[in-house]
Amino acid sequence: MLGKLTWDAIPFDQPIPLFAAAVVGIAIICVLAWVTLKGWMPYLWREWITSVDHKRIGIMYTLLALVMLLRGFADAIMMRSQQALAFRSDGYLPPEHYDQIFSAHGTLMIFFVAMPFMIGLMNFVMPLQLGIRDVAFPTLNSVSFWLTATGALLVNISLVVGEFARTGWLPFPPLSEITYSPGVGVDYYLWSLQISGVGTLLTGVNFVTTVLKIHAPGMTYMRMPMFCWTTLATNLLIVAAFPILTATLAMLILDRYLGFHFFTNEAGGNMMMFMNLIWAWGHPEVYILILPAFGIFSEVISTFSGKPLFGYRSMVMATMAICILSFTVWLHHFFTMGAGADVNALFGIASMIIAVPTGVKIFNWLFTMYGGRVAFSPSILWSIGFMVTFVIGGMTGVLLAVPPADFVLHNSLFLVAHFHNVIIGGVLFGAFAGYTYWFPKAFGFRLHEGLGKAAFWCWFIGFYLAFTPLYVLGLLGMTRRMQHYDVAEWRPWLLVAALGAAVILAGIILQIAQLAVSIRRRDALRDATGDPWNGRSLEWATPSPPPAFNFAVLPHVEGEDAYWIEKQHERREGKPGQEPAYAAIEMPRNSATGFICAFFATFMGFALIWHIWWMVFLAGLGAYATFVVFAWRDRVEDIIPAELVARIDRAYRQTRSEALARTQAAS
Amino acid sequence: MSHAEQHSDPNLADAVPGYERHAGEEFSEGLGSYLIGLGLATLLTIVSFFIARTTLVWQPSIPVALAVLAIAQMGVHLVFFLHITTGPDNVNNVMALAFGVLIVFLVVVGSLWIMAHMNQNMMPMDQIMQMQR
Amino acid sequence: MSAFQGTAGDSGPDRLGHGGTAPGRLHGAEHAVGELMAKRIVVGYGFWIFLLSDIIMFSAFFASYAVLVGQTAGGPSGRDLFDLRNTGIETACLLLSSFTCGIASIGAQAHRGSWFYGAMAITFILGAGFIGLEAREFAGLAAQGAGPTRSAFLSAFFTLVGCHGLHVSGGLLWLLTMVAQVFAKGYRADILRRILCFSLFWHALDIIWVALFSMVYLMGAAA
Repeated sequence: MLGKLTWDAIPFDQPIPLFAAAVVGIAIICVLAWVTLKGWMPYLWREWITSVDHKRIGIMYTLLALVMLLRGFADAIMMRSQQALAFRSDGYLPPEHYDQIFSAHGTLMIFFVAMPFMIGLMNFVMPLQLGIRDVAFPTLNSVSFWLTATGALLVNISLVVGEFARTGWLPFPPLSEITYSPGVGVDYYLWSLQISGVGTLLTGVNFVTTVLKIHAPGMTYMRMPMFCWTTLATNLLIVAAFPILTATLAMLILDRYLGFHFFTNEAGGNMMMFMNLIWAWGHPEVYILILPAFGIFSEVISTFSGKPLFGYRSMVMATMAICILSFTVWLHHFFTMGAGADVNALFGIASMIIAVPTGVKIFNWLFTMYGGRVAFSPSILWSIGFMVTFVIGGMTGVLLAVPPADFVLHNSLFLVAHFHNVIIGGVLFGAFAGYTYWFPKAFGFRLHEGLGKAAFWCWFIGFYLAFTPLYVLGLLGMTRRMQHYDVAEWRPWLLVAALGAAVILAGIILQIAQLAVSIRRRDALRDATGDPWNGRSLEWATPSPPPAFNFAVLPHVEGEDAYWIEKQHERREGKPGQEPAYAAIEMPRNSATGFICAFFATFMGFALIWHIWWMVFLAGLGAYATFVVFAWRDRVEDIIPAELVARIDRAYRQTRSEALARTQAAS
Repeated sequence: MSHAEQHSDPNLADAVPGYERHAGEEFSEGLGSYLIGLGLATLLTIVSFFIARTTLVWQPSIPVALAVLAIAQMGVHLVFFLHITTGPDNVNNVMALAFGVLIVFLVVVGSLWIMAHMNQNMMPMDQIMQMQR
Repeated sequence: MSAFQGTAGDSGPDRLGHGGTAPGRLHGAEHAVGELMAKRIVVGYGFWIFLLSDIIMFSAFFASYAVLVGQTAGGPSGRDLFDLRNTGIETACLLLSSFTCGIASIGAQAHRGSWFYGAMAITFILGAGFIGLEAREFAGLAAQGAGPTRSAFLSAFFTLVGCHGLHVSGGLLWLLTMVAQVFAKGYRADILRRILCFSLFWHALDIIWVALFSMVYLMGAAA
C-alpha cells in the first residue's frame, strides 16, 4: 500500500538527525502559525505564491538559496568539526552518517544555493536592465521556481524520512547502483534533481528567448548591460547542458528501478560512461554558476568606480568564448580514469585555453577601476575580494589542468580547496555583491553598511583560514571525504580549517544580523529615488521597489549605460525629461499553475522514491490536469488603467526631480 | 511589443521556425513546400534502406553513406517542413540550430573518442569481476 | 493594485503587456497583426530552443548507445534482432504523419476546419500506428529473451528508441488536446501558437527518427 515506506524510515535511533529534524519542524510550524495568525496567508497567496512577476519570483529564488545556505553550511560545520576531532578516533559522526552529510552538503550548495541564487538575481534584474516588463514566459517562470523548491523540499525530507545518498554530490556507479546502494538515499537524490532539473531547463529556455527577442526600443544587442550578456551565455549553457544531466540520471534511474545495464558491473555495463556524461554536464554547470557572477561584478565595479565598463566588446567576446569553450574541457575531471595521454593532452590544453577569456575579464575590471573614483561599499569589497580570491583559485585550476600534476592531486584536498576557492570566491562573493547591490531596488531600503563590511571581512578571512590549509593537506597527501585519519602531520591544518569555518559562521551571523537590523531601521536606510548608487543601467530608472509593470512607458535606449545617458540629459537640462503619454498596460495574470504543479511533483517524487505506484499515477495525472486547466484559460492578462500608471509614475518623477534639484543646488 | 513601442530592432521582423510567412495567402503555396519535402525525404529513405542491404556498394563505405543520407534528410525536413532558411530574418533560428548541432557533435564525438580510449586502456569488466572471486 | 479588468484572449489586443491602448479602442488591422506576430515569434523561438535542448538530450542517449552497441554480453546483437521491414513501415508512418501535420498546420492558419481536423486525424492514426508497431516490436524482443535487462546494448537500445516512442506518445496526447481546444474555442491566436509549437515538435520527432533508423536500425542490421 505504501511501497517501501514504513515507520523504520524515521531515524528514531539516530539522535543527531532526529534533533535537527525536530528543530526544523518546530521552526516551520512556528513560522506557518505566525503567518496564519497575522492574517498574511491571503496576501502571500495572491502576491507571492501565485505571482508570475519576475521580481517576486527572483526574490523567492534568492530566499530559497539563503535558507538552503544555512542548511548546507550546517553540514559544512559538521564536516569540519568531525575532521578536527577524528584524529585516531571515530569523532562523533559514524561513517554512514558522515557520508550523507558530505553528499547533502555538495548537492544542496550547488543545486539549491548557488543555482537558485544566480537564477534569482538574473530573474529580478535582467528584465529591468533590458527595459521590458517581464520575461518571455512568466507562468513558466513560476513553474520553474516551484519545481526547484520541490527538489529542495525532497532533499530536506530525506533528513526525516529515510536517508540521503552516501555517494557524494555526483553519484558514481557502481556504488550508486541498486546492488551497492539498496536504500532510498540515491533515489531521493535522483528524483529531487530530475524534478528541479526540469525547472532549471525551462528557466534556460525562458531567459534565452527573453534576452534574444524582447528588448526596449533602441536596445540593440551591443547596448545591453554586461549582466544581460552573461545571462544569455549562462542560459545557453543551461539549455545545452541540463538535458545531458537529465539523460544521465535517467539512465541511472533505469538501472536502479528496472534492472537495466547502463553502468552495472555485469552484462556489459560501463560505469566510466557515467563519469563521461555526468561531467559533460558538470563542467558547463560550473560555468553556469560563475558567468552570472562575472556579470554582477561588471555591473558593480563600473557603478562604484563611476566609469563605464572598460572594453565592453572584448567582455562580450570573452563571455561567449567561455560559453563555447566550456563544452570542450570536461575530461579534466577524470584525467586519472585511464583515457590515455592523447585524450588527456587535448583536454588539458583546452582547460588552459579557457583561462584566457577569464583573464581578459579580470584585466577589464581592473582597468575599469583604474582612473575611477572607487567608493568602498560592501559590494565593491566583495568584488575586490573576488578578484584576489578567484585569481588564486583559477591558478590552482590551471595547475590541476596539467594531467601529470592532476595524477598526484586528483581527489585530494587540493582539489577540494580549488573548487571551494573558485565557487566561494567567485559565485558566492558575486551573489553577496549582487544581493547587497540590488537589495534596495527590491525592497526600497538599503542594507546596513557597517554590518555588511564586517560580514565581508569575516567571510574573507574565514575563507582563507578554512581553505588554505586544505591546499597544504592535499599536497601532504590527504584524500577528500575522510571520516577519520591517523596522520599526525595533518592535524594542525585541520584545526586551522575548523577555525576558519567558525569565522565564516561569524560572517553568516553578521549577515543575518544585517538583515534584521536593516529591516528594523528601514526608514533611516530608505532609498527614495530608486537610484541609491548613482547607477548606469535601466534598473535604476524605476522606483524602489518597481511597480508591477516596471516602466510606465518603455524607455528609448540611445547607447550603452542607458540610464547614465538619460541622467546626463537631465543634468544638462536641469530637469527630468518631459512627462510621457500614459496608456493602460496589460500584465500577465497571476496563476497557481506553478505551485499546484510542484505540489503534484512533490508527491510524485516522494512516491517514486518509496515505490508507491498508485500515488505516482495519481500525482502524474494531477500534474497533467493542471496543465490542461492552465491551457483552458480565457483570461490571460489583467489591465492596469492608465490613470493608475500615471499616478504611480508621477509620484516617482516627483521624487526624481526633487533629488535632481538637490544635487543642482549642492553643485 | 505594442505598435506604439515597436522598435527599430530588425529582430522584430524575424521569422518563426515552422511558420511559413506566406501561409496567410494561398493554401496551395504552403502545400507545395510540404509536397517537395515529402518527395525528397521518401527518396532519401528508400536509398538508405537500399544501401543498407545491398552488396553492390563497397561495404566499408556503408556507415558513411548512411550518415550522409541521414544528414541530408534532416536538412530536407529543416528546410521544407520547418522552413529554416538562410535569410536575414532567420539568423537567430539558424544560430540556435548551429549551437545545438555543435553541442551534439561535441557530446557524441567527444564521448565516442574518450570511451574508445578508456575501453582500450582498461581491463574488460567481466575480467575485473572474475578477479574478485 | 486595484480595479483590474479582465480581457478575453480573443477580442482584446493580444500582447506581452508592453504598454498599449485602453480597452475597447479598436486597432487598425496592421497594428493587431504586428503584436500577434511579435508574440508568435517569441513563442515559436522559445519552443525552438526547447526542441534543441531535447535534441541534445537525445544525443546523450545516442552517445550511450554508440558506446554500448557492442556490449551484447553474449546475447543477441542488432543484426540478430532488427526487422527492417517493420522499421520501414514505421518510417513511412512517421514521415507521412509529418506531412499530414504540415497540412493540418496550413489548415489551422487558414481556419479551414475540414483540412485541420482531417489532417490531424490522419496524423493521429499514423502516429498511433507507429507506436503500435514499436510496442509490438518491443514486446516481441522481450518475449524472446532480448529485453532491456539482458545486456547493456539492449538497455541502450530500448532507452534510446523508447525515449523517442515516449515523445511520440506524448505528442499524440498533445494532438488530441489541440483538437479539443480548437473544437472548444476555435482558431484563437494563442491556440494557433500552440498548434505551431505542436507541429514543430512533431517535425522534430521525425528528424530524430531519421537519425534513429539510419544509425541504429540500418547500421545495426548492416554490421
